[in-house]
Amino acid sequence: MLYNIFIDPFVQMAGAPDLLVQALWDGLVSGVLYALIALGFVLIFKASGVFNFAQGIMVVFAALTLVGLYEKGVPAWVALALTLVVMFLLAVAVERVVLRPLVNQPDIILFMATFGLTYFLIGFGELVFGGNPKAMITEQLGLPRGVIDVEMLGGRVSLQKIDIAAAIIASIMVAALAVFFQKTRIGRALRAVADSHKAALSVGISLNQIWVIVWFTAGVVALAAGIMWGARSEVSFALEIVALKALPVLVLGGFTSVPGAIVGGLIIGVGEKLGEFYWGPLVGGGIETWLAYFIALAFLLFRPQGLFGEKIIERI
Amino acid sequence: MLYRETGQFKTSYKADMAVFPIRQDRIGLAIILLLAFVAMPLFGGGFLLSAVMIPLLVFALAALGLNLLTGYTGQLSLGTAGFMGVGAYACYKLTTFFPEVNLIVWILASGFFSAAVGVVFGLPSLRIKGFYLAVATLAAQFFLQWCFIRIPWLYNNNVSGAIEAPVRTLFGMPITGPHATPELRYLVVLSIVALLTWIASNLVHGRIGRSWMAVRDMDIAAELMGIRLLPTKLLAFAVSSFYCGVAGALMVFLWYGSAEPEVFSISQSFLILFMVIIGGLGSLIGSFLGAALIYGLPIVLKSLFPMLGLSVGAATVEHITFMVVGAMIIGFLIVEPHGLASIWRTIKQKLRVWPFPY
Amino acid sequence: MNGQTMSGQGMNGLALFSRRDDSVAKGEPLLTVENVSLRFGGVKAISDVSFDIRKGEVRAIIGPNGAGKTSMLNVINGFYHPQEGRISFRGQTRRRMRPSHAAAQGISRTFQNVALFKGMSTLDNIMAGRTLHMKRGFFWQLWRHGPALDEEIRHRRVVEEIIDFLEIEAVRKTPVGKLPYGLQKRVELGRALAMEPDLLLLDEPMAGMNLEEKEDMCRFILDVNNAFGVTIALIEHDMGVVMDLSDRVVVLEYGRKIADGAPDEVKASQAVIDAYLGVAH
Repeated sequence: MLYNIFIDPFVQMAGAPDLLVQALWDGLVSGVLYALIALGFVLIFKASGVFNFAQGIMVVFAALTLVGLYEKGVPAWVALALTLVVMFLLAVAVERVVLRPLVNQPDIILFMATFGLTYFLIGFGELVFGGNPKAMITEQLGLPRGVIDVEMLGGRVSLQKIDIAAAIIASIMVAALAVFFQKTRIGRALRAVADSHKAALSVGISLNQIWVIVWFTAGVVALAAGIMWGARSEVSFALEIVALKALPVLVLGGFTSVPGAIVGGLIIGVGEKLGEFYWGPLVGGGIETWLAYFIALAFLLFRPQGLFGEKIIERI
Repeated sequence: MLYRETGQFKTSYKADMAVFPIRQDRIGLAIILLLAFVAMPLFGGGFLLSAVMIPLLVFALAALGLNLLTGYTGQLSLGTAGFMGVGAYACYKLTTFFPEVNLIVWILASGFFSAAVGVVFGLPSLRIKGFYLAVATLAAQFFLQWCFIRIPWLYNNNVSGAIEAPVRTLFGMPITGPHATPELRYLVVLSIVALLTWIASNLVHGRIGRSWMAVRDMDIAAELMGIRLLPTKLLAFAVSSFYCGVAGALMVFLWYGSAEPEVFSISQSFLILFMVIIGGLGSLIGSFLGAALIYGLPIVLKSLFPMLGLSVGAATVEHITFMVVGAMIIGFLIVEPHGLASIWRTIKQKLRVWPFPY
Repeated sequence: MNGQTMSGQGMNGLALFSRRDDSVAKGEPLLTVENVSLRFGGVKAISDVSFDIRKGEVRAIIGPNGAGKTSMLNVINGFYHPQEGRISFRGQTRRRMRPSHAAAQGISRTFQNVALFKGMSTLDNIMAGRTLHMKRGFFWQLWRHGPALDEEIRHRRVVEEIIDFLEIEAVRKTPVGKLPYGLQKRVELGRALAMEPDLLLLDEPMAGMNLEEKEDMCRFILDVNNAFGVTIALIEHDMGVVMDLSDRVVVLEYGRKIADGAPDEVKASQAVIDAYLGVAH
């Protein structure tokens, strides 16, 4: 028994390094997607202090809108542009209807309001575009398809082209966001708002404008995540469960850290794949559904503030 | 006019500390109990009892349980359905192992199993708070649901992977299975829910309830006053999970008749959380009101469209229900963060001073 | 004095502070702080501070902002754990202690920014202060009639005395979140009193109050000290209040003790004058 848990998996890893590399790669790719979802959370949390539970749904909603519009006969690129418009309108609506009336409420109230938003978006998305799973329009958007096989370590590792594209797009996006945050005037305003709403208001920063910008940015990130994800499986609200995995990622990386979200995403992605592949069979498989939460939980007990969070000193 | 407390002086602390200090409230409660226990089974009819009242009571009990944890103690939980599942499966195992023992004993006993599981998953609450704790309860939710699917022993190796309520009797009459009358099932559910509600009311009105609320409102101050945080939180997890477990057992045995693991999925947890939010965090009566609203809404919507002469598909109704529930949550949080219970209090206050505005 | 008679009434044949611990005689050190240092990462909040608090006195801790006063209180009631030094309370020395343990030993406190239980009524807040004295366990609480209710009623009687003493009868059932600031501070004092402490720590009990409210609060503090015999340590910025109320004063600056003694001595100390007025180095 102990042998099966502590030694056998490592023997397997060493015995077939090509499988290990394959598992690592698969883990990294899903990690990138988790990181992209978590990134949306972090953006919103940093700028408005709202823990946006609806981020996962925004991913599905964005992808669904894109595919839904295409199915209704809109050309792919126009559909993409229109989806961006929809995400912008969503940001405006959220600011108007949810954030503005709830300003200065305790965090937990805003958190629960995003539950409401989640349900509303599920109902709305399905009402407009139907509840059936849809295929993502990858080729129409010019994204590559197919497999690259790499011969290595005495075996063959296959890499999906779309996964490589996802990794590249995600890195570009993170870099762009970093520049946006650090170098632009709006970025500075965002950081100011993140520190203190009242102080930001008092130096003439418009909270409402900032919130719209942040939610729109999170919407764009959600769309990117949605496209990548849809290309790997299909677009439906069943993805909601997968989107919840962004929570352990956040816990691992800290709620306010962009690098944390990325590293956390990769750790969760890889940890979960390796766990399922090497340890899953011992208990009957399917442990992917909860392993991520346990990894995060175990981690929390040792570092409650996350990987990149600052140590909390409680004051009274 | 009728709702006036003038002249009702309390001459002892005992009278002042009663759960219902106002006479009209006590009369109101007596009438409601009379209606629920006598009129409803006599005149309610099978459909109303088994499709409306029993589900409502089961959900109210689960919401009550979650409310003790989230509303009173301030520990957000997204694992309610998982704990309900523990109750249901524990009850199933117990009653198939020991069929001769009365089912009601096992329903209540199954609560202890889910209480124990709740305590285990409540342990991290010492170090982690708020959103972080939500992740711990999500771990419980997904892990428990995985157990219900992957451990065949839990469902006695049924091919279907579901658990089915075997026929059990009370005073020689069947209370589960196809021959159980809705009236009897309803009365059993109602009695258990009424008993547990009364106990919950005792708990929250005494020392334990105050400790829970103190931890919720200002945990540091509570600790500096000698309230030990971990035991207090764990007790909340245990009691809350006990209630959820009993609700889960009732759900499978006296309502559904059988259940698959999907019954205890994350969306069920969310549904119960919404009942608590809309009903009112930290209010017992709110749990009932919230359950009635969230469970009743789809039923009302389903019958509303035909009444308006519109023919709308079942799927569409479901989508609209999602939208309405979502919008309602946001609306409630904006207008009345304390939920239906707070509206109820406002109405009582208005009645008290009627016809004057205040 | 009106306050004296008020509390005098409150004492008549009543349960409050009846089971007082007399293991330390009046005038003897109740609490001693020896060479305590506290660091947060690289920041030294308190360095090598020693002083004592004698049974029955009003001890003031003063100093400019950021001098480490609140940190000192946090150390005393076990919320922060100092890296060095010892603290003994009633002759028992301890290095690490949980806040709930400190509470059980008879140390209670109020907070700089009111830390009441906002969702609960005045009555429930003060009743929560009685938690340590309530013994009926979980299974009695399930029932709440009989022994558990009797116990509630007994403690309710004590709480009502405190409510009378602090003159907050009218807001008994009001949720404390709705009370004005001055009353909230008073309820907080009531909650701390309900624990029947031997040592009461008050963190800026008069911050943000107007003159009248300050006078009321001073009167309550003196009454608590005189009539109930509670030892008090308080942090306060209003020098007039400090000099009037306290028997002895300890002055902190940048986490170090710069003066200790009777109010007049401290007032005359050059180090204190420099700390408050600034000095050209």
